[in-house]
Amino acid sequence: MTGLTISAGEGVLFWILAPLMVLGALSLLFARRTVHIAVSIAGVMVGLAVMYIANEATFLGVAQVVVYTGAVMMLFVFVIMLVGVDSTESLTETLRGQRWLAALSALGLAILLGAVVTRAVLPEPVGLAAANADSNPVAVARLVFSDFVFAFELTGALLITAAVGALSLTHRVRLGIKVDQRTLAEAKLKRYGAGGDATLVVNRPGPGVYARHNSADMPAVDAAGNPVEESITTVLRVRGQERELPSAEELADAGHPYGSPAVEAPTGTQAKEIDA
Amino acid sequence: MSLVNYLVLAGILFAIGSAAVLVRRNSIVAFMGVELMLNAANLTLVTFARMHGDLSGQVIAFFVMVVAAAEVVIGLAIIVSIFRTRGSASLDDASLLKS
Repeated sequence: MTGLTISAGEGVLFWILAPLMVLGALSLLFARRTVHIAVSIAGVMVGLAVMYIANEATFLGVAQVVVYTGAVMMLFVFVIMLVGVDSTESLTETLRGQRWLAALSALGLAILLGAVVTRAVLPEPVGLAAANADSNPVAVARLVFSDFVFAFELTGALLITAAVGALSLTHRVRLGIKVDQRTLAEAKLKRYGAGGDATLVVNRPGPGVYARHNSADMPAVDAAGNPVEESITTVLRVRGQERELPSAEELADAGHPYGSPAVEAPTGTQAKEIDA
Repeated sequence: MSLVNYLVLAGILFAIGSAAVLVRRNSIVAFMGVELMLNAANLTLVTFARMHGDLSGQVIAFFVMVVAAAEVVIGLAIIVSIFRTRGSASLDDASLLKS
């Protein structure tokens, strides 16, 4: 058995990657937006993959990129989009002082684990040069399909069960009849014919996109020059990120951008009155 | 630079993940904390495999990865179905059995 010599390059790699990874992991505790956390954790996973490859585990490094950054974190982002990006976390403590206790115990855990691994008497590192003689994936495959073949078969069963379980958990039984485009349009017309507060036969207007505000947070303008609030998507309205319509003076200063209401916009002519 | 550095880093990541599980209310964030803990454990397995010159550690890390993938699928499906029925992704709101 020959001892393992660790190159200086690996040390440099470690000391660049490790702080970045800890920083990314800390976003779990301090970042507000769930999407930001997911992206930083994906970065931590990439860092781990690089460390696996540095640790002579090429196969695991590639699998880490494919499985974690590719599949798992993508699934997380997908679920975040499904559950709602704007769902904010309540900051009230259900248990008094739980946050400080948790921080203290996590710090204690880190110190304990660090003390154990630094004080423990570890054997002289051997390295995997001999074990990886026929390249790392081949050597790992030999082990997986010989010593660990039973566990390997079991993971196959596990994955099938997980896939079926996820399908049955997210399956939704349809209780009412399926609403298609035709029934929707007919219901809209019926509502409009019955009067009441229904004012629109067609779809609701999209957000007004001006040449100088090239964005979807600007409300559309109705015939009377008033902003149509419901033309902005709900997410922006919940966050309070929609913008005010510029006033007539501002528009005159800007020199009439395309599609904006004229300075002397006609007032009082509502679409409904014309119909009536 | 010795292999112990990797083990210390894994310990720190594990502690951060456990703190996230304890502190955060959002179920998705807490779940990401669990993922980070699993990955920290994998890093120790890979490091010890190199230290002992034995590939079994890498194989076990591979199995951990497979089980974690299955766990993520089921966990996220549970989160989604709870969100559909209760309209919330907060861990505190899932307390039907208590009341």
